[in-house]
Amino acid sequence: MAMKPLANLRSATGVSTQKLALYWLLVSEVVIFGGVLCSYLMHRLAHPEWAFQAAHTNTMAGSINTVVLLTSSLFAVLAHAAAERGEGKKAANYLYATTAGGGLFLVIKGFEWTKEISHGYTISSDTFWSFYYTAAGIHASHVVAGMLCMLWVANTVRKDVELHRVEIVGLYWHFVDIVWIFLFPLLYIAK
Amino acid sequence: MGHDSNHTPAHYIRIWGVLCVLLVISILGPELEIQVVTLITAFGIAFVKAYLVIKHFMHFNTEKPIIWYMMITGFALMVVFVAGTAPDVHNHDGARWSNTASKAWIEQQMIAGEAGAEHHGGDHAADGDHAEGDDHAHDEGAKGADHGEAAGH
Repeated sequence: MAMKPLANLRSATGVSTQKLALYWLLVSEVVIFGGVLCSYLMHRLAHPEWAFQAAHTNTMAGSINTVVLLTSSLFAVLAHAAAERGEGKKAANYLYATTAGGGLFLVIKGFEWTKEISHGYTISSDTFWSFYYTAAGIHASHVVAGMLCMLWVANTVRKDVELHRVEIVGLYWHFVDIVWIFLFPLLYIAK
Repeated sequence: MGHDSNHTPAHYIRIWGVLCVLLVISILGPELEIQVVTLITAFGIAFVKAYLVIKHFMHFNTEKPIIWYMMITGFALMVVFVAGTAPDVHNHDGARWSNTASKAWIEQQMIAGEAGAEHHGGDHAADGDHAEGDDHAHDEGAKGADHGEAAGH
């Protein structure tokens, strides 16, 4: 395989430094997103009146965005497979496609929020909407961060160097996808 | 990570197809308006989808034990935080306390919401589409809330 070997393995764990660092990040993200999602769930169960507000979220937009993120995750894992074969340019192209998926997700989210805000459903109009904008907003900021990292990694690996980074950035993107998998039923399906 | 048949593009595309089919089921399930079916199709399937992504896209099952320990620690901390706050959030009554403000607010909002739903049929809201007059419905909800507050007193 032409790819550069992974950076130093931590002798105690047998895991590469980058992967170890990435998983430490994901552990903190589990606490952040897990806390937000569980808080939402607790409030939702204790407040039946939220159903009247939840009825106004746009299921179609949420569904399309789920397909977009699942597809972008597919591109991310295809990029990883290409990197493992030592095909840097192909991996970079898949990462660009993943980034485009993130961009499309944000565009749809932008239209959705614009419509909701124009109808008077703002972050301060009701506790449900506070949770809605906070949870989806934190998630969207992670999508932006993932896109920036993805572009940076893609610009490197297209020169057939540092191919191991594709897996690391892909793991982060899959995590962002998983968060949305749980946000979707909570905010859009449970009316 | 190894190079077996589970790491081919064709395999990943198959998993993506399964995820899309599960998404469709999770959208259609709640349309039956049966609570158990909604819970299984919406939330149960979310766990299945997450499992598929974790196993097949993240290859988490092949990670070293230290990664598992780290993630379990994160989940355990989350459970501690949630369990610590849950009694205050989830309950409105305890052995020696009662959150009367929260209960009054819920009652007021339920009256307002039901009044708004009756006024507008509620059908357009249920499909999640912002049909014409949604902002009007919101105003009516606010009016209903005022009415509910008066009724509560």
